[in-house]
Amino acid sequence: MGVIGRPRRRTDGRAKVTGQTKFADDIMLPRTVHCRLLRSPHPHAKIISIDTSRAAAHPGVLLVLTGKEFPIPYGVLPVSHDEHALCNDKVRHVGDPVAAVIARTETIAGDAIKLIDVVYEPLKTIATPEESLATAEPRIHEYGDDGNIHKAVAMQFGDVDAAIAGADHVFDDIFFFEGNTHLPLEQHATVALKDPEGKLLVYSSTQTPHYLHRALAKTLSIPAAHIRVIATPNGGGFGGKSDPFNHEIVVAKAALMLDRPVKIALNREEVFYCHRGRHPVQMRFRAGVNNDGTFTGLDLQTLLDGGAYGSYGVASTFYTGALQTVTYEIPTYRFRGCRVFTNKPACGPKRGHGTPQARFGQEVQIDKIAEKLNLDPADMRLKIVAPPNSLTANFMKIGTIGLAECVRKVVERSDWKNKHRKLPYGHGVGIACSSYLSGAGLPINWNDLPHSGVQLKLDRSGGVTAFCGATEIGQGSDDVLVACVAEVLGLETYDIRAVTGDTDLTPVDLGSYSSRVTLMMGNAAIQAAERARELLAEGVSAKLNIPKDRLVFADKRVFDSQDPNNGCTFQEAIVFAEAKFGTLGTTGSYTPPRPPAKYKGGGVGPTPTYSYTAAIVEVEVDPETGWLTVPKVWIGHDIGRALNPTLVRGQVEGSVYMGLGEALMEESAFRRLPARLSNALVHKFPSILEYKSPTSLDMPEIFTDLIEHPDPAGPFGAKEVGQGPLLPIMPAICNAVYDAVSVRVDEIPCTPEKILKALQDKAAGKPARHGPKSFPDIKWPETLHVTPPWEGGDGRASNEPERKKRTAEAGIEVKAGITIARDNA
Amino acid sequence: MSHAFRLSFTVNGEPAEVLVDSSKTLLEVLREDLNLTGTKHGCELGECGACAILVNGEPVLSCLALAVEATDSHVTTIEGIGQGGQLHPLQDAFADLGGAQCGYCTPGIILTAKALLDRTPDASADQIKEALSGNLCRCTGYLQIIESVQKAAEEMRLRPDLQVRGTET
Repeated sequence: MGVIGRPRRRTDGRAKVTGQTKFADDIMLPRTVHCRLLRSPHPHAKIISIDTSRAAAHPGVLLVLTGKEFPIPYGVLPVSHDEHALCNDKVRHVGDPVAAVIARTETIAGDAIKLIDVVYEPLKTIATPEESLATAEPRIHEYGDDGNIHKAVAMQFGDVDAAIAGADHVFDDIFFFEGNTHLPLEQHATVALKDPEGKLLVYSSTQTPHYLHRALAKTLSIPAAHIRVIATPNGGGFGGKSDPFNHEIVVAKAALMLDRPVKIALNREEVFYCHRGRHPVQMRFRAGVNNDGTFTGLDLQTLLDGGAYGSYGVASTFYTGALQTVTYEIPTYRFRGCRVFTNKPACGPKRGHGTPQARFGQEVQIDKIAEKLNLDPADMRLKIVAPPNSLTANFMKIGTIGLAECVRKVVERSDWKNKHRKLPYGHGVGIACSSYLSGAGLPINWNDLPHSGVQLKLDRSGGVTAFCGATEIGQGSDDVLVACVAEVLGLETYDIRAVTGDTDLTPVDLGSYSSRVTLMMGNAAIQAAERARELLAEGVSAKLNIPKDRLVFADKRVFDSQDPNNGCTFQEAIVFAEAKFGTLGTTGSYTPPRPPAKYKGGGVGPTPTYSYTAAIVEVEVDPETGWLTVPKVWIGHDIGRALNPTLVRGQVEGSVYMGLGEALMEESAFRRLPARLSNALVHKFPSILEYKSPTSLDMPEIFTDLIEHPDPAGPFGAKEVGQGPLLPIMPAICNAVYDAVSVRVDEIPCTPEKILKALQDKAAGKPARHGPKSFPDIKWPETLHVTPPWEGGDGRASNEPERKKRTAEAGIEVKAGITIARDNA
Repeated sequence: MSHAFRLSFTVNGEPAEVLVDSSKTLLEVLREDLNLTGTKHGCELGECGACAILVNGEPVLSCLALAVEATDSHVTTIEGIGQGGQLHPLQDAFADLGGAQCGYCTPGIILTAKALLDRTPDASADQIKEALSGNLCRCTGYLQIIESVQKAAEEMRLRPDLQVRGTET
């Protein structure tokens, strides 16, 4: 290997350290005008009237837009097209946009939005999931499963009730994971214009240019082929720039109307309103466990506070229950999940998407089980690790699994055996594990098309350009692209130019989310590069009379393996091949294998291969104050193969950091304004100062071990690393707190106040626990029954409801008598 | 009420003169009037550190400074710390060691670190953490940033000619 596996400067490293990376707000075009949005001060209200005349007359204002300009709804999931670029009949959370002003300067636009007169009729605010479950009317949306329930699902794999009843022990635990947000340092920004041909061109800080492309085509009723979306490098994404956003559609429309570049740069408060962050989730885990620590069954219920819009929420709901079985052997399983609408900014995918909350509950429950059964929590996990190359009860296909090795590694390096239950009072260690997808197995918009495409251009200059729709969000996707191509062609990464995230120039890649880019784009890049190598080899073989199968591509040369001096430069190879075949170009594609789960809901959870992580965290707790510090973290990650170890380590440490933030301090908390104001439900903290996140002073020492056994599904054997290593941090911290001071905090964040409260309760003879006391009663839909594979199941439910009839050619879905035009499929 | 103001100062070693609105921040003037977009903004309230630049060698949050305050000062931005066609050792180290992921906080962090190393060439890890504690990074978890600063410090100690360049000239 020349490039793969070597710690290297990333291909875009120089641009980033010189400030030359062009983020969306760095695009300064002549004649640019600026957009500001008027946002709702009410959490839930009907819009009675909007008078824009004073704003339109304000000097310097060019255009005022309202919801009537945006009649067509959109949303990232085809089943949740529930957003309008500007609200047209009602507002659903504080911060929902109702009007836009485009003016000569941002300041003028900001002044003019205050001159728009909106008459609202406030509606009942639905602030919590409990209120949502109890309030059928008013509905926040006129769609969904029932009342304010967006989605409720129930599925069962084997006779879980009998299995739990027959176990030696039954554990019944309730947990809560508070919501939190991505807080990317770059605020969302978009510049839209008509290009010289009169077509729409949109630059935006989006992780998913393809989905934005579709949303623009739909909402503006313009053929997608006449719209160009360029995803500028994102100044951090973490899932927060994965939805098409209202401000993107608004400036696109305005640019078409004005024929001038229109820019919007959100301020920090507005980024909190965009949100799409971690769902607050309540959970109940009922587990049947035998004396040796093996599970007989698991019965999981989750309740997600979705906020005001659908976003990725249907997928998020399934994700809370999808991955329990791919980590540990769980022979029978029931999952019931419910997402409700509330009058808060919409939740969506944040790093780990729906899985960290339930992972937290499961890993803390396992700690409690180990305690009760007097087992070492690390040994117990080793005993129940899921087997490789197997199908789980819910038909998730596991390939390679390096979890046991991850556990053994962190146990050894942390000196776990001499620390757990052995450190002095106030000091503790905790362990937790996790798994994550290397890209979703099924696409959001159902079709048979590749999930990632790569195109290569090779010309007589010796230059190679790699084109791909993937988006650079800081994770290093451009580097993965050029590294895969360079490795196959025997070049250095500097020899290859990456052109990415441009819907006019690059083949579709579904976007930088779901930890899918390395695996999917990487495989597509390898295929394209191998096809190019084949053409070059034919050209060289014919010209130099060397048998093709003896040719080696290395060190920027193509030569005879039996006589390394007999060969040519890479550039000469291109010239030979170009002379023989004409202009050179190749493509590669990647489509994941069809997953074995066929039941409704089985499309969320499958992946070409899962990554695995184990972490041990050491904590210090001051019993007087509850103050919690984390001096050390040991983490082992099953990466398959590290393509660029420098970047892989950065993803692991960045995940640990973000997990620490979630565990210790980050929360999207809301409060009611006093009645004399409006009683509105507003963010407690729509600012960086008040939304606490860890600084350089809060970071522990991190000892990272990469477990490298190349996975056959991954490019050069690589699995994901961007999300999985975040997952074990939160439960490991709560488990360590228990080891330190013998109190349970069954809630995230695990703040000093909560620890102190639990310590005080314990001293008063009450249960030594802080956390939710009950799980709400939910009217679940009929449970789908799926027979597990080892009982002869075929992946389908025995009581499957009638499935959606799909007419892919027509781009139409039929569901329950309602025809939904699928966006420009 | 704001009014137009003729600002003259030195930016990255070169004299600059711009007619600016007196209510504008230094950040806005650098980005919008001088097109030096390497300086970023993450909050415009002095909370995140992304807009840090050097004024007379000292780190300053340019989102909190009015442009008029920069009159006659020497301002250094990320565009101005390389010399003779070479990257500054901090830039090399951040690029090589994973100190920059998305790159958005990077200019502010590199300039804050430069101010530290110019004053304290043998800064300890704790001093580096302390100096950077006002610069948020959401990607890296800070450790590769701290290592990058340490590596650059080592490089700069070997090459003393690099230590204070780009600040005053």
